[in-house]
Amino acid sequence: MNRVVVTGLGIYSCIGQNIEMVRESLYEGRSGIVLDTERKEKGFRSGLTGMVPPVNLKGILDRRSRIGLAEQGEYAYLSTLEALNQSGLDQEMLEKYKAGILFGNDSSAKAVIEANDTIRLKKDTTLLGSGSIFQSMNCTVNMNLATIFKLKGINFTVSAACASGSHSIGLGYLFIKWGLQDCIICGGAQETNYMAFGSFDGLSAFSVREDRPTAASRPFDRDRDGLVPSGGAATVILESYDSAVKRGATILAEIIGYGFSSNGDHISNSSVDGQEKSLELSLKDAGLAASEIDYINAHATSTPGGDATEAQAIDKVFGDHKPLVSSTKSMTGHECWMAGASEIVYGITMMQNGFVAPNINFENPDEHSAKLNIASKTVDKKIRNFLSNSFGFGGTNSSLILKNPL
Amino acid sequence: MIIFAAMNRGEIVETINNFLIEEFEVEEDKIQPEANLRDTLELDSLDYVDLVVVIEQNFNFKVAAEDFQNIHTFNDFYNYCESNAVDKQSA
Repeated sequence: MNRVVVTGLGIYSCIGQNIEMVRESLYEGRSGIVLDTERKEKGFRSGLTGMVPPVNLKGILDRRSRIGLAEQGEYAYLSTLEALNQSGLDQEMLEKYKAGILFGNDSSAKAVIEANDTIRLKKDTTLLGSGSIFQSMNCTVNMNLATIFKLKGINFTVSAACASGSHSIGLGYLFIKWGLQDCIICGGAQETNYMAFGSFDGLSAFSVREDRPTAASRPFDRDRDGLVPSGGAATVILESYDSAVKRGATILAEIIGYGFSSNGDHISNSSVDGQEKSLELSLKDAGLAASEIDYINAHATSTPGGDATEAQAIDKVFGDHKPLVSSTKSMTGHECWMAGASEIVYGITMMQNGFVAPNINFENPDEHSAKLNIASKTVDKKIRNFLSNSFGFGGTNSSLILKNPL
Repeated sequence: MIIFAAMNRGEIVETINNFLIEEFEVEEDKIQPEANLRDTLELDSLDYVDLVVVIEQNFNFKVAAEDFQNIHTFNDFYNYCESNAVDKQSA
């Protein structure tokens, strides 16, 4: 069995468009949430969203590489470029290591909707242009990045709702651990346009605290009223420990545990039992006791039901030790398909810099969150190991444990 | 709403050169009337689909795929667009 390490991180999010910006936002507890009035005009119940700056890759990528990229693919190109630069892997090395790519993505709504608008208007499919198909498929991020970076290893998309990014890293970890790959680009991407979120808004799942957007996402707080949709992209370069050491790469973290489960129950409701199984399996895989986890980056999205379930599951497994808990979604909103990957980026950034980012807007606990040790302010602390939870519709659960190499 | 006013030859050539430079990123000095269109633009089968789109957007007519078989040079391309755009405008 190989040890699996992280040698590169990249991020493009509403709290920063590179690692340094994100480190600062996390430490300062800065929110990236705004009110988008266009959504209100279009009949959305909530106009709240994470504000991710638009990307223009003209002059950076050639035309053929650009036109297949959907919005989330553009974010993912930039986060992957940053991660590869940090890892020191150049094109020659990517080919030598037969690097693969496993990215989490579970929609490409804008590309699909705009293509169908064109068909209805023009009654001619040729007028969609050649990029439409490559933007519209669920594997759009994978297929484009694998082509742009000329990757020769494993190449498929992980679609697991809001746990997509986390499972992509979990699977990458297993491929390298079992010796099937030396290097895999893992991550998650999420489009932020209104078309991606209409049906979710229709479930009344979003916060309507529009008077103070930065206070709307309040995981674990007694007065939370729903999540805030967000997105962007996050990339994590995974390598076998041996190949990273051999090429003299800086090891940022080691992945030591991956737990997963399926609730096998309701399509949208979460389950204490399912989450508890995922948490316990990750500890078992890591060979750690609950007391050795110093920080949990919770999935908690700020919905009344979901946060209460997770608080109970964490309390069942970690109740005797009470590690620090925070949900970075309090600042970022819910980055959905990207979240499981971005929260690994956020966690590693905290671990590298010796702090736990705050769960902003946590003012009053409810009966379940009162049992957790929630960091409502930034805590300076050396983290030995942290755990990151991600849960998704359909009852998919994923828990990852990362170890500080220092 | 886009209004397709009647264009003269010079305007058609200018429109084509502009979208080839802007959309297809060809360098301006490589656009020569007798140069080979496919080789200069390094067109593959996917690119022809995008040519159909920009022609429709700029001249409001639909190219039939087989028409490209008779277009070799930039001049052929100008002539083809000019004759079809004029047909459309006079229809």
